[in-house]
Amino acid sequence: MKYVDEFRDSGLARRLADAIRREADSGRQYRLMEFCGGHTHAIFRYGVQDLMPDNLQFVHGPGCPVCVLPVSRIDMAIALARKEGVILCSYGDMLRVPASGRDSLLKARAQGCDVRMVYSTMDALRVARENPDREVVFFAIGFETTTPPTAVAMEQARAAGLTNFSVFCNHVLTPPAMQAILDSSADEEVSIDGFLGPSHVSTIIGSRAYEPFARDHGRPVVIAGFEPLDIMQSALMLLRQLNQGRAEVENEYTRAVTREGNLKAQALMNRTMTLRASFEWRGLGSIPRSALRIRDEYADLDAERRYDLPSLPAREVQGCECPAILRGQLRPTDCRLFGTVCTPENPMGACMVSSEGACAAYWSYGRSRQPDAVRAGA
Amino acid sequence: MRRKFGQRLNLRDGSVDMTHGSGGRAMAQLVEELFLARFDNQWLARGNDQAAFEVAPGRMVMSTDAHVISPLFFPGGDIGSLSVHGTINDVAMSGAHPLYLSAAFILEEGFPLKDLERIVTSMAAAADQAGVPVVTGDTKVVERGKGDGIFITTTGVGKVPAGVDISADRARPGDAILVSGSLGNHGVAIMSSREGLAFDTTIESDSAALHTLVADMVAAVPGIHCLRDPTRGGLATTLNELAQQSSVGMQLVEAAIPVEEQVQGACELLGLDPLYVANEGKLVCICDAGDAERLLGVMRRHPLGEKAAIIGEVVADDACLVQMRTRFGGNRVVDWLAGEQLPRIC
Repeated sequence: MKYVDEFRDSGLARRLADAIRREADSGRQYRLMEFCGGHTHAIFRYGVQDLMPDNLQFVHGPGCPVCVLPVSRIDMAIALARKEGVILCSYGDMLRVPASGRDSLLKARAQGCDVRMVYSTMDALRVARENPDREVVFFAIGFETTTPPTAVAMEQARAAGLTNFSVFCNHVLTPPAMQAILDSSADEEVSIDGFLGPSHVSTIIGSRAYEPFARDHGRPVVIAGFEPLDIMQSALMLLRQLNQGRAEVENEYTRAVTREGNLKAQALMNRTMTLRASFEWRGLGSIPRSALRIRDEYADLDAERRYDLPSLPAREVQGCECPAILRGQLRPTDCRLFGTVCTPENPMGACMVSSEGACAAYWSYGRSRQPDAVRAGA
Repeated sequence: MRRKFGQRLNLRDGSVDMTHGSGGRAMAQLVEELFLARFDNQWLARGNDQAAFEVAPGRMVMSTDAHVISPLFFPGGDIGSLSVHGTINDVAMSGAHPLYLSAAFILEEGFPLKDLERIVTSMAAAADQAGVPVVTGDTKVVERGKGDGIFITTTGVGKVPAGVDISADRARPGDAILVSGSLGNHGVAIMSSREGLAFDTTIESDSAALHTLVADMVAAVPGIHCLRDPTRGGLATTLNELAQQSSVGMQLVEAAIPVEEQVQGACELLGLDPLYVANEGKLVCICDAGDAERLLGVMRRHPLGEKAAIIGEVVADDACLVQMRTRFGGNRVVDWLAGEQLPRIC
């Protein structure tokens, strides 16, 4: 299929694999973090790791929209869904993420809450239009990719005078999270040598957004597309930078990403949202200026101001290593729960829920590389 | 002629009400003017609560399937034709020749009679085309809000030819794995017409009765080990079921698995994997490697098997993993479907 096969060509993959092997200095280790869950998914789905030399390791980053949301925010969403007259609209993956006390939106729905899975913010707006006597809350999650659609929905709701629509805003930003990962692993011997930069996020924020990061932290960033050849080409570009002692932002994904990014989408985000002083991330803790809240001008569309939401202490599942896995410090197989009590059918942590989560990718695609007990799901 | 029920059933803008399931005259009218008229056959015509038929000596199979689907009408079919094909296929996957069907309808109060007529007509046409009559049935009506328009449960019986023993626990290391055609069409057709995700496509459901294809296959190779139709959960889930039941592993070759370009495109767009998308007119077959080429030839000569392919082999593996050599050159596990396949967020 055109525009797909070209990026999954096995002949090219072998040539790239050879080039990577030649470039890799056998005297050192390369730890490359792919920030996005989309990359993690592709690495496993296509078996990219199989084509890499032994001293090149992909470290899986936190870029999975449902994984980084702390349990307390999911508890808040469930509290919203339990309010009389509320219809909570959410992206599908979010429904299965475990909240405190083994609760989830899916369980809340089974108990009678009106929780609806939507594919886009426009669906949520439609639900609001079709149910004028109900209050519709859109559970907005995700990085810069999913933020502009939320902003569009807010502007459209405002323009249409829809008063029964609001947004529970949980949008987070990529560059501060990359910084937090490096800060958190600064004292440890195993750090990250370079980053495969996000694909879709970068179409919005542009490659420029990572320039301060590369400069200040001395780590190369290569913006990489989501196809397997993109990932291999980007790994080669990172190796070259590392071997030459450079730490620059390079763009492999030139067919979609520019240095400036999507200015229209950026303006839209700026009109409707502004930086939070800080935001709690699962695994990364509280990161200053790392998330967005709804601007005061749109306060009436802000579910956090519209409803009285409890801020209870979240209860993470004991033994769940999602936090360390999200920082790239542990592998999914290092977690005691992985494949024993935690599987995609019965996830204990968010990383096992989404197809973009590292644990789910390990489990679903990479199990053949695991010890026998894990392979059999014992 | 005196009309038995006064005014005829209003199939244009009437709707189902509670009386249609109450056992009284309204129900009798619905049965006679809609169900009997469409399914018209000698067994139903006798008006009994059961159908009586002769059985030949030998092994019989029986299978039942409840059909709940949204939307009820989709490109290439509807819940009616699906409920016939689904059960015929479940019977046929034993190698059996399907003989008779039963159908039970659960209707929701307020369901348009026009839609019911369309569904029943489509069901009758599917049964007629397959040569497997619906010989007995039942109708119930539930209050508005307690159903989703219409649920249809069909049951089928069939007869297995002598010497055929097809079962999910018979796959052995070394066996060949075949599929009868391209994968994912049904699921993508359903998704394309589902509310909230509607997109324009010419992809149609592959919904079809596979028993004549199975008959050809069984005639050529009576020793087929396993047959199963990869419906919900797609090929991946079906192969995992077979691997588990036979205590074997499987090694697939991605490049050999037929997927139409349009289906592939829709899946790329939505972030889905065609291996997990439902099919309603395809089968998976496992047989001795020595029989594989001959069987493939037989399948390809049948209109429902033109794109049949050998997609991999059964291997010994205590962990019962299904693995696949990717087109890209790597290897990956092809796991069971967990939850529901969802378009990715980011």
